[in-house]
Amino acid sequence: MVQNVNSTFSGGGVAEILTRMVPLLCQLGVDARWSVIKGDGAFFEVTKKLHNGLHGQEVVISDEDARAFQETSRSNIENLRVLGDIMVVHDPQPVALIDSTEAAGRTWIWRCHIDVSRPSVPAWEFIRPWVEKYDAAVFSAPAFARPLPVRQFLISPSIDPLSDKNRELPPETVDAVLVKYDIPRDKPLIVQISRFDYLKDPLGVIEAFKLVKRSAACRLVLAGGTAADDPWSDRVLRDVRLKAEGDPDIHVVLMPQGSDLDVNALQRAATIVVQKSLKEGFGLTVTEALWKGKPVVASAVGGITLQVKDKLTGLLCHGIEGTAYSIRQLLGNPEYASWLGQNGREHVRHNFLITRHLRDYLLLFLALGHPEDVVYLS
Amino acid sequence: MKKAREAFRFFEREHLKELTGLRASTVRELAGVLKTVPDSVVYYHTHRFLEEHHFLTPEPASDFAIWVSDTLGDEVLGEKLANIDAFEFPTLEALRERTVNVIEGHLVAGGDSRRAPDGREFHFVKSVSVVMPTPYLARDLREFVDVLRKLSLGSLAFHFFEARLRLGRPTNDFSAWFEGSLGEQELAAQVARFDPYYRTLEGTRSLLIQLIERRLRQGSRTTSP
Repeated sequence: MVQNVNSTFSGGGVAEILTRMVPLLCQLGVDARWSVIKGDGAFFEVTKKLHNGLHGQEVVISDEDARAFQETSRSNIENLRVLGDIMVVHDPQPVALIDSTEAAGRTWIWRCHIDVSRPSVPAWEFIRPWVEKYDAAVFSAPAFARPLPVRQFLISPSIDPLSDKNRELPPETVDAVLVKYDIPRDKPLIVQISRFDYLKDPLGVIEAFKLVKRSAACRLVLAGGTAADDPWSDRVLRDVRLKAEGDPDIHVVLMPQGSDLDVNALQRAATIVVQKSLKEGFGLTVTEALWKGKPVVASAVGGITLQVKDKLTGLLCHGIEGTAYSIRQLLGNPEYASWLGQNGREHVRHNFLITRHLRDYLLLFLALGHPEDVVYLS
Repeated sequence: MKKAREAFRFFEREHLKELTGLRASTVRELAGVLKTVPDSVVYYHTHRFLEEHHFLTPEPASDFAIWVSDTLGDEVLGEKLANIDAFEFPTLEALRERTVNVIEGHLVAGGDSRRAPDGREFHFVKSVSVVMPTPYLARDLREFVDVLRKLSLGSLAFHFFEARLRLGRPTNDFSAWFEGSLGEQELAAQVARFDPYYRTLEGTRSLLIQLIERRLRQGSRTTSP
């Protein structure tokens, strides 16, 4: 049995992947389960701090933080049934489950979805002792590999092309969603879809948009939701609304959980999709946009660079000015934009659909039982 | 139609990427690490682009060339590395040695002043291959080409690249079977001479199909009354 453990059933990329992945593994004959740890506000404040710290933000993990994390972890160890022959533990929140008295005799995989290429030392040092107890760690980009005494693998996340977020939509559905959010189609639409999080840099997107608007008529749509395990998103949303105030071409859209069809429609309505993250584990919103054949302008950070090959499957940028320049370049050259979009779709078709992801997991389960570089199955 | 002494069994190959945690910021570091890593790392970085971007126009197959040109901006060395054709080397060790020699020759001539910006270092990755038999068998060229049309690109890459470079076989699996089991020396030689590193994998598949179909047409002419 393969048991996945994370911190939430909804919101964010991990929950989204598991929602699709677990039933598919079951259909392939793998007994796959999904369990969620529990935590209070104090615990998720610490894990958010850890999340930001692992992404590189300077953080201090106080004794109180450590206590809150350890107490909740102890409670989860007591209450969560460890059942899997293979335990796949996602991200730092449940990392301490490896201390369970039932850990022995199972294979433990720590699946890190975070960009840990340059983590803050206190955050990494805090979780490292647990990570080192695992049998393997899995990251989303080569740059995330850490000096660890365990095997490390690269598995990119994926999207499900048949999900509500990615399936084909009739034009009437797209139009209806635009009407619902009061977004006119009179100008090209620049769209960033992301959880409201400083690391997605929505404020930087607004600044880039203002530079673009000096010479090109367009609208900006910043749409996203909040995640159950992210206590900071309300603050970010407030700041974004403040910065967008007074500009009728900027549409800030807060979408509730389960707005997958709306996300799909907004991405399909976009002229250009932007993902100006400061840090990014992988960036599934980029994958979604590429799959829809959209030209993408995205930061050269984390797993985005695996998806956007500069000038081949999209445009990479490194700051506000670069983002503005790339958007202008695409607005002025629709044929080039379309060519990039088509390449991007093919890139996703071959490398970032859930079928590839399932295959990688099965290969990982096999590889952990074989130390050799070429494994023969009869 | 000639029947083979032994049927050709097609194998499927999938690969998993294992991270080594090793990285380089300069070409000197690149050469230094390259000397120490397992062959599976050399294989990964000289075949990744071909396998992951096989739908695009051909690009240099070597990650080393791409990184040196695009990240370090050293287009002269990038060209030299791109021009190292994996097809010419019998083993990954020989390919590694040539790559290191080219980098070190370049260093002697021009120094090592360029450093990758933070976050854009070269990260060494190892390819772990899992090889398994498919139900596909071919007993003659017609059956072979029929399977070839529906074969996965991973399988094609396994029989064409990996068999020779990673498993130490003297030639690709297809040529070996054409010659050894079918007695098709000329076709075997044509396929063995064919350099797949300047094509997409689909391009390689098309060319193989063309060569075999031509041979089948010749065969039917020579056997007709």
